[in-house]
Order: sequence, then C-alpha cells, then structure tokens
Amino acid sequence: MAYFLQQLINGLTLGAIYGLIAIGYTMVYGIIGMINFAHGEIYMIGAFLAITTYLVLGGAEMASVPLGLMAMLVVSMVFTAAYGWTVERLAYRPLRGSFRLAPLISAIGMSIALQNYVQITQGARVKSIQPIIQGGFEIYSQDGFGVQLSYLQIIIWLLTVGLMIAFTYLITSTSLGRQQRACEQDRKMAALVGVNVDRTISLTFVLGATLAAVAGLITTLYYGVIDFYVGFLAGMKAFTAAVLGGIGSLPGAMLGGLMIGLIEAFWSAYFTIEYKDVATFGILVLVLIFKPTGFLGKPEVEKV
Amino acid sequence: MRTFKTGLLATAAAVVLGAGVAQAEIIIATVGPMTGQYASFGEQMAKGAQMAVKDLNAKGGVLGQMLELKVGDDACDPKQAVAVANQMANDGVVFVAGHFCSGSSIPASAVYQEEGILQISPASTNPKLTEEGKSLVFRTCGRDDQQGVIAGDFLKDKFGDKKVAILHDKSAYGKGLADETKAALNAAGVQEAMFEAITAGEKDYSALVTKMKNEGIQIVYLGGYYTEAGLIVRQAKDQGLDITLMSGDALVATEFASIAGPASDGTLFTFSPDPRKNPDASQVVKAFQADGYNAEGYTLYTYGAIQAWAQAAEKAGSPDAAKVATALHADQFDTVLGKIGFDAKGDVSAPGYVVYKWKGGNYDYYAD
Repeated sequence: MAYFLQQLINGLTLGAIYGLIAIGYTMVYGIIGMINFAHGEIYMIGAFLAITTYLVLGGAEMASVPLGLMAMLVVSMVFTAAYGWTVERLAYRPLRGSFRLAPLISAIGMSIALQNYVQITQGARVKSIQPIIQGGFEIYSQDGFGVQLSYLQIIIWLLTVGLMIAFTYLITSTSLGRQQRACEQDRKMAALVGVNVDRTISLTFVLGATLAAVAGLITTLYYGVIDFYVGFLAGMKAFTAAVLGGIGSLPGAMLGGLMIGLIEAFWSAYFTIEYKDVATFGILVLVLIFKPTGFLGKPEVEKV
Repeated sequence: MRTFKTGLLATAAAVVLGAGVAQAEIIIATVGPMTGQYASFGEQMAKGAQMAVKDLNAKGGVLGQMLELKVGDDACDPKQAVAVANQMANDGVVFVAGHFCSGSSIPASAVYQEEGILQISPASTNPKLTEEGKSLVFRTCGRDDQQGVIAGDFLKDKFGDKKVAILHDKSAYGKGLADETKAALNAAGVQEAMFEAITAGEKDYSALVTKMKNEGIQIVYLGGYYTEAGLIVRQAKDQGLDITLMSGDALVATEFASIAGPASDGTLFTFSPDPRKNPDASQVVKAFQADGYNAEGYTLYTYGAIQAWAQAAEKAGSPDAAKVATALHADQFDTVLGKIGFDAKGDVSAPGYVVYKWKGGNYDYYAD
C-alpha cells in the first residue's frame, strides 16, 4: 500500500508536467487543426529562461526565495509567450491557407531551428541547479517504508490545479474563450461575424507557451537538470498525452498527461522498467483502436 | 531579426575565411561528443588533442611535417559517428584519436579500417572494439571486462552482504559494463537483487528510486553516464533512500558533482590510475593548468594516444596506417600515460583499473 501510494505520487507529479505541455498541443490543434511540433522546444526554452533568471538573481544566494520563484515564473512565462507568438507569426501564419502539410513541415523545421539555436547560444552541456525548495514530510509508513511527499510536489500539484481552473474559466466564460471556440468551429464564419481570427490564433499560441513555461519551470525546480534536448522526449510524451486524452480537448490533455505519468510510474513499479515506453505507446495504440478520438475527444474532426 | 541574420552571415564568413590559413601536411583528428549531453568528455578529448598537436608541432612536427588537427563531433550518436568517419576519410585524415562512446567507436572503426585510417580510441571501453580483429584499431584506455571484474570484486568485498541493484542505460557502453560486472559479481557468489534498464535522456527516475527503496536496495551499480547517475543519486536523496552508487569510467567528470550536488558524496567509480599523478605527465599537466584547464578524465588519454601515434609514425618512417600499426604493435612508447605498448588485438598494456570515490565535489582514490 505504501509502495503503491509513493508510485502514485511519482506518477501524478510527472503526469502534471506532461499535462501542462499537452494543453499547448491540444489548444493549437483545436483551433487550427495542426500539430505544433515546435511546442516541446517552447517548453525547453521555458526551462532555460527559468534557470537563466535564477542565475541572474544570484543563484543560491538570491535574497528571497519566494520572490525569486515568482520572478522566475513571471520572466519565464512572459518570454516564452513571446517565443510562442513569434513562432506562430514567422512559421505558421504565412502558410495559413496553403496546403495542409506545409505548416506541419514548417513546425518540424521550427523545432530543429529552436533546438539548435539554444544549443549554440547556451552550449550543449547539461545545466544544473541545486534544490531551491527542499524538504517534505512522511505522510504514511508501513513496514519501514515511508511515503515521502515533498513540498515541491505539493506546489506542483497546486499550481497545476490552479492553472487548470483558470484555463477552464478562460475558455468557457470569457470573450477570448468564446472567440477561440468560434474559430475552432468555423474560422470563416467567425471572421464574418467580427472575430479577429489572426489575433485569436496568436493568443492561443501565447497561452499554450505560457503553460509550457510553467512546465519548464517545474522541471528546472523539480529535477534541477536541463539541456537543449529536454524538449524532444517531453514533447513526444506530451503529444501522446494529448492524443490519448482526445486531441482538441482541454480536460482531455490534462487527463492524458496524468494517465501517461501514472502508466509510466506503475509499469516501472510492477514490471520491468526496460519496457516502460513500450507499455505507454502500446496502451496508446489500444485506446486509438477502440476509441479513435481518445478519451474526451469529439468525433467530428475532418482536419489533419 | 535583421541584425541577427547579419551576425550569422558575418560568423559564417569568418569561419570560411579562417579555415584556409593552416598549411599542415599531415592531418589528424579527434572525434567525440563535442555537443550533446556528453559534451564534457568531448571537451576533454579536444583539449588533450589540441595540446598534444601544439607540443608536437613546437618540436618540429612528425616526420618533419607539421600536424593539422581536425575536431569532429559525433554527439555520441552511432549514425553521426559513421558520417563523421566518412567525412574524415574525405578530408585525408591519416589518424583519428577517437571516438568517445563505444557505441560510436565500433561502427566508425569499420569505416576507418576500410579507408586505411589508424584509430586509437582514448575512451571506448567496450571489449568488442578490439575483438573484431581490425588491424588498425587501438585504444589507450582499459576494457570493460577488466573494469567489470574490478567492480564486481570490489562490490563483493565491501558490500557482499548488502542488497545490490544493477542498472544500465541500454547503450553499448552501459549495457556492456553492467553485464561484465554482473558476471563478475555472480561468479564471486553474490546474486544481485535487481537488474533493470533505464532510458538515457529522461529526467524522471523517481519510479525507479521508489522501486529500489521498496526492495531495500543499498548498493546500486550503474552502467551508464554521469547525467543519469547524477539524477538517480539526487532523486534517491529526495526520497530519503540511502544508497551508494557505483559506476564506471563515465563518472570521471566534475559535471557529475554539479548535477548530483551534495548527494554525490560517497559515489564510487572505476577508472584507470589517474595519469595526472604520473611523474611523466607533470609538465603537461602544468601546461594545462597555466591555460586554466584541469586535465581530468580522458584529456591525457587523448594526449597519450597522439604521442604514441607520433612516435610510431617516426619509427615507421611514414604516416601510412598499416605501417604505423605494425610499429605500434612492435614497440613501447613514452607517453604521459607512462611507458605503454599494445597487444596483438590493439589493447593497451597499461595499468588496469582502480576504484575512486567522490567527496565534496572532487574525486580521489578510494580509501577505507
């Protein structure tokens, strides 16, 4: 039981990170029907910005830890959002209305370009920081096996839940959310009734990038180690999460993220770790066979 | 954006213009992971090679000709390693001090053999590299079947009564080393409590740590590189799991300590006796220090590989790979690694492995 609980905690934390990235994939897909393959790189840039801010603030000697963390969060979100906006403006908007695969290829190009850009400007070496928030408590103990829950894990969960609530409100109850849903249903019609489609799409990229920045910050704090390649693997998993949950669906992305995190943790716990990824993608295949739209996806989709 | 583009063009132009300056007649190369997550090792190799070429040229070069050094980047990727090897062949390179990762060295060695290029790897420890009977392949480092025996015996002597987990990262180096260690440990009568594979490049090993905690693992042997090793000890500490990690020569980079932080204390690894402590190397080590560089890890192994090649080429009277190979087999060479020779397979006659321990961000020989 204690073992199960600890693996649940591991899986939920990992899943929260996947989920936050997955939302970026799913929102963009929902609105323009395209997979933004550069999104994993946006997440990586968020992580680098967080670590840069940390070092600018004086690293381990920074004056106030809570203020420092707020600064890391804000700087990382703002600048990553700017990257998200720029990527859309440079690589996707000029191709809108072009044939369907063009923005997809442009996205792959953008992904490689961003990865190499960070590799060249920041160096290829692994960047690491020492833990900022330490400690935690033992919530349960059984036969000498103590279940550890760290403060950082609690912060990650609260942050994720908070952001989910904020985003659900944003999509369902604000003017921007209505415009987004309108564009999602019919872009031409939305434009005819006065929705600024380009602006709405830009804002969608900005929002997705903001969440990726939070995921990047969490990675920096939780694992303390990042490199220019970190976006590839995480991006793959998050994209899988978005598909598993039903691409285009916001709660689906979060659900998918958590599911992948949990599958990885529990497979590692009870079976051989070597086949962890095989298990994850195997389950994805099974889900897609029996429920091609994912768990919470809508069945109408006609786009690529 | 415009200034960025202009800057890029200017850089490109500078690179192109700079390339035409050297007037070398013998081209040699070092190839390793100059980028990617093992770039620390690439840097060690590049620094060692640059210093060796500088010192040789200061003494009039080899066979009366100046040396030109090319630095290749395989990013530890087997496919890229083959591409770089072909590139080196096109560039007329006669000798390669490389590669670093066994997974890169082995496929690249096929290209070098075919193209008549001599290869001395300063770092690839997988036995297979010299077991395939290629006449132009040598190495200045030890082999994992030596390293694994040392590690296995050490684990049995010190921790024979503890629960041991053996992990590897599925790479040619990591899996090879873990298998050799497991074999040595089992032969000594100790059965490991867990044998698992991890995925290199991931950041989350919390599920693995929890699993080890549940099994009551006290000692972990990892066949893998320093990033994963650092993450595992760090996450073990976070979860309150008190383990001692032991690994191979891929932990001989101070970057391990910066990743693992205080959790690095007590971590063990096997590596050849530190060449920096060799009296023959003291001058070179000082020269590196004057440059503000610590000649750690594989720096001197790369330097020594180039020295051995240079002396063999002088003896052979030609940079031709087959002739140099014959000379390498036949003789002993004075290098920063001490007096070294090569056996029939191309393995170095040198000193084998000892156990090191990390403490306070530095490593030194293990002492009880």
